[in-house]
Amino acid sequence: MFEYVWLIPLFPLIGVVINGLFGKKIKNEAVIGGIATLAVVGSFVVACGILFQLLSLPGEERHFVKTVFTWIQCGPFKADMAFLIDPLSALMLMVVTGVGSLIHLYSIGYMHGEEGFYRYFTYLNLFTFSMLLLVSGANMLVMFIGWEGVGLCSYLLIGYYFHKKSAGDAGKKAFVMNRVGDFGFLLGLFTLFYYMGVNHNVWTVDFTELAKHADLIPVGGVTTVVCLCFFLGATGKSAQIPLYTWLPDAMEGPTPVSALIHAATMVTAGVYMITRMNYVYIKSPTALLVVACVGAATALFAATIGTAQNDIKRVLAYSTVSQLGYMFLALGCGAFGAGVFHLMTHAFFKACLFLGSGSVIHAMHHALHAEHSSADPQDMRNMGGLRKKMPITFLTFLIATIAIAGIPGFAGFFSKDEILWQAYANPFHGPVNFVLWAVGATAAGLTAFYMFRLVFMTFFGETRLSEKAWHHLHESPIVITLPLMVLAALSALGGWIGVPKVLGEALGGLPNMYEHYMEPVLAYSTEYMHTAGLHGLHSEAAEWGLMGVSVLIACCGIAVAAALYVVKPTIPAAFTSTFPALHRAVYNKWYVDEIYDFLFVNPCKALGQFLWKGFDVVVVDGIVNGVAAVFRGFSGILRHVQTGFVHNYAYSMVLGVVVIVACYLFR
Amino acid sequence: MESIFFIVVAAVAVISSLLVITCKNPINSALSLVMTFFCLATFYVMLDAPFLAVTQVIVYAGAIMVLIIFVIMLLNIRTETAKRSSHAVFAGSALGIFVLFQTCLFLMRGGMTGAPGPLDHAAIVKAGHVELIGKALFTDFLLPFEITSILLLAAIVGAVILAKKKI
Amino acid sequence: MLALNNYLIVSAILFSIGCIGVLTKRNAIVIFMCVELMLNAVNLSFIAFSRYLGNLDGQIFVFFVMTVAAAEAAVGLALMIAFYKNRESIDVEDINVMKL
Repeated sequence: MFEYVWLIPLFPLIGVVINGLFGKKIKNEAVIGGIATLAVVGSFVVACGILFQLLSLPGEERHFVKTVFTWIQCGPFKADMAFLIDPLSALMLMVVTGVGSLIHLYSIGYMHGEEGFYRYFTYLNLFTFSMLLLVSGANMLVMFIGWEGVGLCSYLLIGYYFHKKSAGDAGKKAFVMNRVGDFGFLLGLFTLFYYMGVNHNVWTVDFTELAKHADLIPVGGVTTVVCLCFFLGATGKSAQIPLYTWLPDAMEGPTPVSALIHAATMVTAGVYMITRMNYVYIKSPTALLVVACVGAATALFAATIGTAQNDIKRVLAYSTVSQLGYMFLALGCGAFGAGVFHLMTHAFFKACLFLGSGSVIHAMHHALHAEHSSADPQDMRNMGGLRKKMPITFLTFLIATIAIAGIPGFAGFFSKDEILWQAYANPFHGPVNFVLWAVGATAAGLTAFYMFRLVFMTFFGETRLSEKAWHHLHESPIVITLPLMVLAALSALGGWIGVPKVLGEALGGLPNMYEHYMEPVLAYSTEYMHTAGLHGLHSEAAEWGLMGVSVLIACCGIAVAAALYVVKPTIPAAFTSTFPALHRAVYNKWYVDEIYDFLFVNPCKALGQFLWKGFDVVVVDGIVNGVAAVFRGFSGILRHVQTGFVHNYAYSMVLGVVVIVACYLFR
Repeated sequence: MESIFFIVVAAVAVISSLLVITCKNPINSALSLVMTFFCLATFYVMLDAPFLAVTQVIVYAGAIMVLIIFVIMLLNIRTETAKRSSHAVFAGSALGIFVLFQTCLFLMRGGMTGAPGPLDHAAIVKAGHVELIGKALFTDFLLPFEITSILLLAAIVGAVILAKKKI
Repeated sequence: MLALNNYLIVSAILFSIGCIGVLTKRNAIVIFMCVELMLNAVNLSFIAFSRYLGNLDGQIFVFFVMTVAAAEAAVGLALMIAFYKNRESIDVEDINVMKL
């Protein structure tokens, strides 16, 4: 089965070709959507086969490179078009294709009747293709193709409603932000390549080769530089401080796109990349500290913004940023496995949440459309009480919310708890550990709060819709609810593959299958930590304690949300009027966009204006037009030579002969 | 004896060629040109090239000049309708004389270099000029010779097309 | 045998006369004749050189020049006839269609 790994990215590419070239002719939505969905489902089937074969092998053999063809060969440097299969990439392939195919299926229903239906599915397939290339590439260059590809596709998909200026702007913003990150990625890649080549004669960008020579990577120094450069790339793709602002704006795209970008693909690229290069990161405690701090800060920062947003998708967007912060917190604590575990569970519940919100928006849109209201179908202040009309959406949404809030038994609990425990117990950051844990725990509480605020405002209480609109509100079709149900089931149960050890023992010897599964990928890091004497804290009591605290914090968050938005809905308004400045700041996302505008965008615009009006128009155009004017002047004089009389031509010809002969004669 | 003959022929050639450019009537010019060609043929004979002298008479003085006179008659051009302005004539003549001056300068300065070949008067007479030319043409210069036929073919086709009723 | 320069000077004089004719005449046929004169002047120097170098190549070249001249006469005169048909003139100063 491993031999056929190239089929996985190929299927979506075929979908791209068919829909991209012939979609306009096909017109039939069922055919277009069917082709696109089948392509991803095909990839999913192959990915399943690969995963099962991988599981059947013993741990140390779970590594396979399939070279399709040699791409670049230059001296000692060689880059293949090759795919790498190991537990990490197999897991990522499963997540991307699995969640991706559900989102494709959902899109058929959601995008029904949209203009450019084929265009949408072409982009969606291209996105999936790029992401699959990213997570299965065996060297950094193949990964980089995917890395750039998802950047491009995010631009295309976010700007899907390009006739809307805000959507176009959001697409551009995402693209530019990602370019900043890509720049970092490339710098890191070049630095690592150059360092390894010059100092150790290891001219390679291949992950396997690099891992083989991981001992040659020095501790600190240049490694820190490399790691920070790569991390800059990761902050761009995975929406961390300082490059996170594109993600909330990316909500301008269709809702399934948000789900695809924020749950299964794209934003996970940074986490995947750092995990893939764990043997580099483990060598640089400084870089790890930076990653952890940025992750924790992002988690808290985004969570605070999430508490005050009214747009249902924006809350989820900030939630995504916040959850990605968790993942980076885990990576920064050296718990790469935990980060990827959270990535996976997050993919389940965040996809469910986004698709659920899409279902709500879909229904709201139709209801508001029926009464010709221009009210915003995404604004939670227009909703309320929807659970009576949309039971399936409500139920799945609730399960996913419980999962993200970290209630024991659901997927989010296991991964989040693991991250918080690692933040507290890891051997890298000493006294900072406690701060990291505290920030993470606070963010967890806020997460529970704003997520349940969302649920309460949307599904509970009295409806704020008019009688007529309420009458038109109804549950979404099966093609939309089916993916919701699947994802809800995964959100509920997906975490049980990674039960923490203490909890597993307490429950009667449940194994931590996930940790075991990931061991081959992280083997070098684990061994390095052993030899370097880096041992995390081992205390069952502390683990139980922290688990209890985080559950307690989550419950507090839920309770506060319930108190504020169900029991006494007047309190938020009173709170807002008591602290208007604070509310305004949070509601306006701490004015980060404005600060960026002031610091970067406006100076760039001013520079651009200057280069346009001052440099381009005067200097460049001046030179070009000047040259043209000089030639026109000369030719104006010289064209009098062209009299059109044969004699003059004959005369000048003889004159030329005379001059040439004279040169020869009188030299 | 030879040099006197040469001077006479040369004088006739120069005078008749001057007549070519001074005569008003093109027919007169053409006839003067025929005279010049005959003089040249005489030179060719003096230079031991009797075959070329004959060709000169047949092709130039015969075919080409007949063609030219035929065209002049056909178009019925009696005299030049208008003269060129005098300063144009002066400038043209000056340039032409300068060309002559340069050439003479060359001839005064330069000498002949290169190894002389085997052919002298006796050898040419012995082998026969026609035979020598024929051998050279059909051995060393066969390809250019054949290509010439293509050139002539193209010229025939071109002439026919150009002289058609309507262009 | 006479010195080579004698022939070459005659050749040069004929060439210059042809050149003057080309530059000063207006009648296209006369100009054409002058061109023939220039060609013949060159032929003369070819043959003279050939003789004094004891080498036949120059004469072969003359042969080819004659061929080209014949072809040129055919095409050139045809051109003149065509031009005359259109313009009722063979004055080269009327040939100025290419003028700006």
